[in-house]
Amino acid sequence: MRLAASLAFAAAALFGTAAQAQVNVKIGVMNDMSSLYADITGRGSVTAAKMAVEDFNPAAHGMKVEIISADHQNKPDIGANIARQWYDVDGVDVIVDVPTSSVALAITDIAREKNKVFLVSGAASSDLTGPKCSPNTVHWTYDTWMLAHGTGASLVKTGGDTWFFLTADYAFGHALERDTAAVVTAAGGKVLGTVKHPLNTQDFSSFLLQAQSSKAKIIGLANAGGDTINAIKQGAEFGITAGGQQFAGLLVFVTDVNALGLKTSQGLVLTETWYWDMNDANRVWTKRWQAEHAGKLPSMVHAGAYAETLHYLKAVAALKSAADGKAVVAQMKALPTDDSLFGKGYIRADGRKVHPAYLLQVKKPEESKYPGDVYTVRATIPAEEAFRPIKDGNCPMVTN
Amino acid sequence: MATLAAAAPVRRETEWSVAVAGAALVVFLSAAPFVLYPVFVMKALCFALFACAFNLLIGYVGLVSFGHALYFGWASYLAAYSAKVWGLPPELAILCGTATGAVLGLIAGVVAIRRQGIYFAMITLALAQMMYLVALRAPMTGGEDGIQGVPRGRLLGVFDLNNEMTMYAFVAVVVLAAFFLIYRIINSPFGEVLKAIRENEQRAISLGYKTDDYKLVAFVLSATLAGLAGSLKALVFQLASLTDAHWTMSGEVVLMTLVGGLGTIFGPIVGAFFIVAMENYLAQVGQWVLVIQGAVFVICVLSFRRGIVGELAARLRVRL
Amino acid sequence: MLLMFEIFGVPSQALFGQLLLGLINGSFYALLSLGLAVIFGMLNIINFSHGAQYMMGAFAAFILLRNVGIGYWPALIIVPIVVGATGVVIERLFLRRLQKLDHLYGLILTFGLALIIEGLFRNYYGSSGQPYGVPESLQGGRNLGFMFLPNYRAWVIAFSLFVCIGTWYGIERTRLGSYLRAATENPALVRAFGINVPRMVTLTYGFGVGLAGLAGVMAAPIYNVSPQMGSDIIIVVFAVVVIGGMGSIMGAIITGFALGIVEGLTKVFFPEASNTVIFMIMIIVLLIRPAGLFGRSA
Repeated sequence: MRLAASLAFAAAALFGTAAQAQVNVKIGVMNDMSSLYADITGRGSVTAAKMAVEDFNPAAHGMKVEIISADHQNKPDIGANIARQWYDVDGVDVIVDVPTSSVALAITDIAREKNKVFLVSGAASSDLTGPKCSPNTVHWTYDTWMLAHGTGASLVKTGGDTWFFLTADYAFGHALERDTAAVVTAAGGKVLGTVKHPLNTQDFSSFLLQAQSSKAKIIGLANAGGDTINAIKQGAEFGITAGGQQFAGLLVFVTDVNALGLKTSQGLVLTETWYWDMNDANRVWTKRWQAEHAGKLPSMVHAGAYAETLHYLKAVAALKSAADGKAVVAQMKALPTDDSLFGKGYIRADGRKVHPAYLLQVKKPEESKYPGDVYTVRATIPAEEAFRPIKDGNCPMVTN
Repeated sequence: MATLAAAAPVRRETEWSVAVAGAALVVFLSAAPFVLYPVFVMKALCFALFACAFNLLIGYVGLVSFGHALYFGWASYLAAYSAKVWGLPPELAILCGTATGAVLGLIAGVVAIRRQGIYFAMITLALAQMMYLVALRAPMTGGEDGIQGVPRGRLLGVFDLNNEMTMYAFVAVVVLAAFFLIYRIINSPFGEVLKAIRENEQRAISLGYKTDDYKLVAFVLSATLAGLAGSLKALVFQLASLTDAHWTMSGEVVLMTLVGGLGTIFGPIVGAFFIVAMENYLAQVGQWVLVIQGAVFVICVLSFRRGIVGELAARLRVRL
Repeated sequence: MLLMFEIFGVPSQALFGQLLLGLINGSFYALLSLGLAVIFGMLNIINFSHGAQYMMGAFAAFILLRNVGIGYWPALIIVPIVVGATGVVIERLFLRRLQKLDHLYGLILTFGLALIIEGLFRNYYGSSGQPYGVPESLQGGRNLGFMFLPNYRAWVIAFSLFVCIGTWYGIERTRLGSYLRAATENPALVRAFGINVPRMVTLTYGFGVGLAGLAGVMAAPIYNVSPQMGSDIIIVVFAVVVIGGMGSIMGAIITGFALGIVEGLTKVFFPEASNTVIFMIMIIVLLIRPAGLFGRSA
């Protein structure tokens, strides 16, 4: 009797350890560490991913997680090169973040080819869940459709019904202008005019002059980064907001607002999906994040990197393996999402993570009580309305 | 005007050094894909060809082009476009890209050749910058996104280039053939005239050579080979992007040639491998890329003008 | 009452406004190309790091304000001296060694220095840009009828003109300037007269770089103070200098202002081409007049 029991015990122990074979996961955070988007993504996303791993507690799930990072310098060929090397040679299971849509579009194909996982937080192109959707990709944080609709529709509803566009003359700028113009017209507004400026323009004075003389209530900035900052800065100089017109930033991050300073950017209206000061959970997380980045503010991209990494690890834990990229992503879609930053939500069949969006306005300097207190929340756009309806996306996975 | 390249004088009896180095290169390339990551070696090979094409102009004719990215970038666009949208098989797509390099080289050359030195460099820079701005907005190039998902296809209908090793073999063979072509050009009577022009153009003219014609031919050859490099790269990475047409790419090829050794045969190859490896490594380190590249430029110009291969050749007193 | 008419569908008011704005941009082009022309004319060096030095000027103004509490007006004097001093160091340490070589090595070296400077600033400050406001005394503007002209922009035009003309005068009309010009033609002879040529070369380079720093301070209140502001502008300024004629001081000044105006007009009639128009002009000018509009043939 005792022999049988001890044999049974031994057998159970053996089986037990076999079932608890360790799952190793390697996460690669790839983004812009040295130029335009370094503050929006950069090392901050690596910190965010590390925090996600800590909160997940791999040891408790019998997993071991390693994080590496690289700088793609906003160049698709460098990004593609790193992705290939990571997936093929370095054993990376999932690539996280990747701002700059051209790089993200290249990597989404590679991830599919190698059956690995690609979690996007930084890139904006809504094609990632549209014509280029993939069973290996999840698009978190934001996209161009959400930006256009968030800012466009909400502003028209609150009285900003005449628009003038300042558009960066390249594909992204055109797309942003086209999408927003469509929303504005559909919501009952009018587009009074548009002017296209070359990418990386130093001096906006002549374009601003044209915007001023159009007398449109809203001047939509269909550009990003340095162009947006320059336009707003020079707009303040020419008294645009003093004259009653309002700027709408179609792609603006909290780091850009910081760079401008409240005096220059006050009144600017924009849409983001996460703001550090919106609730206590966000504030607590931000304080933790700031331990490694003193004096800086986390952007919504950082928050997205945290949330998607956390959710990915949960999915891997449920499957007990990270090897099959498609399966992991399918699991991520099956599991509802829940984290301290974005709350409860889910990932759609086309890879789009849905969550509410917020129409934000930059505070006046007098209204700001402490450093980092830059936004007032003007409106909340519920998750169902914030992102493009799945049937409109032309995603081959869905239309089949 | 002091010449740019401190090339060792030609001595027939030291041709063995070139043969040995050439053989070493072939052996290295045959073994490389089994030891190193094949995509890395293919990338380095494409850039090596690009640098050799550039070196033809700067090392042997004495013309500094600051706009070589024009041919490299636009050839890669045409090759990618013809493979993806027109559905051409790889050999024709590459031909298409290379021809683009040639045509652009002819146009740019006609405009730029009349001027020397700084003016020549500035014109090439300006032309490249203009075409970059065109690439930014032209629908064909896909702008910021570039042309993605370029199919590699089947070479001559037989060899499936999606197989990494097959692709590698193809790239290695083409690039080696191009190196050999450049070597033959340099050592031909035509090449001798080019070197004469570099040393003393006035004297060459007084001897009756139409130097402008020679310079133009060299320019077009250089642009064509740069185009070949760009086309190969488009197929290797299955991607053609703005980076390839930006002026920093023109700067990179200057860096590779400088580090490897201006005016040497194998210098650009070594320089290309070195720089590509360095950037690969630096991608992990991220922020210091610009600073390190700048430092390499400064160090090379101040105390390492002969470049890696140049120094080696001078020490061993052979021609490399 | 201002004349109201239309040219190609653009009202005259808008046109005058754009012309004035073009002059403002032209001021920066003029200041920067003046620095480059001085350096090239006197030393035969193409200073590719000019853009980075312009950026350093803007950042120096920002640092003075943020960390030391010194505002715009003192910065206008301090920054060019500080940035010019870095130029002196560069000349002494690096450029002097390359004097005997092909001047394209100098170009490559300064290009490398530009990368280093930009990289260092980017590492430390990130690329988002730093806030720097218009000084109190120059805020606001006046309504000229056809447009609203911010006071600061008017100041930019006035002060740039002053600096440019002052420099031209100093080089073309004073004795020191004549020594400088003689030293470039025949350094050995000038040295024989007892003039310290190497020191003049160093100080000239420092002066040219200081001009870049000055342009940077003036740009800080209106353009985005970011590490890449220099590389964005440098190629255009090269084109300006080539069009004007390398080495011609007056050529650089006039061309700078003129091209600013041309660019401004392009922004009105054909805005998408406004960043290529200067290059196109450069190509045309070089084909017709290879030494540039005002240059002396080498």
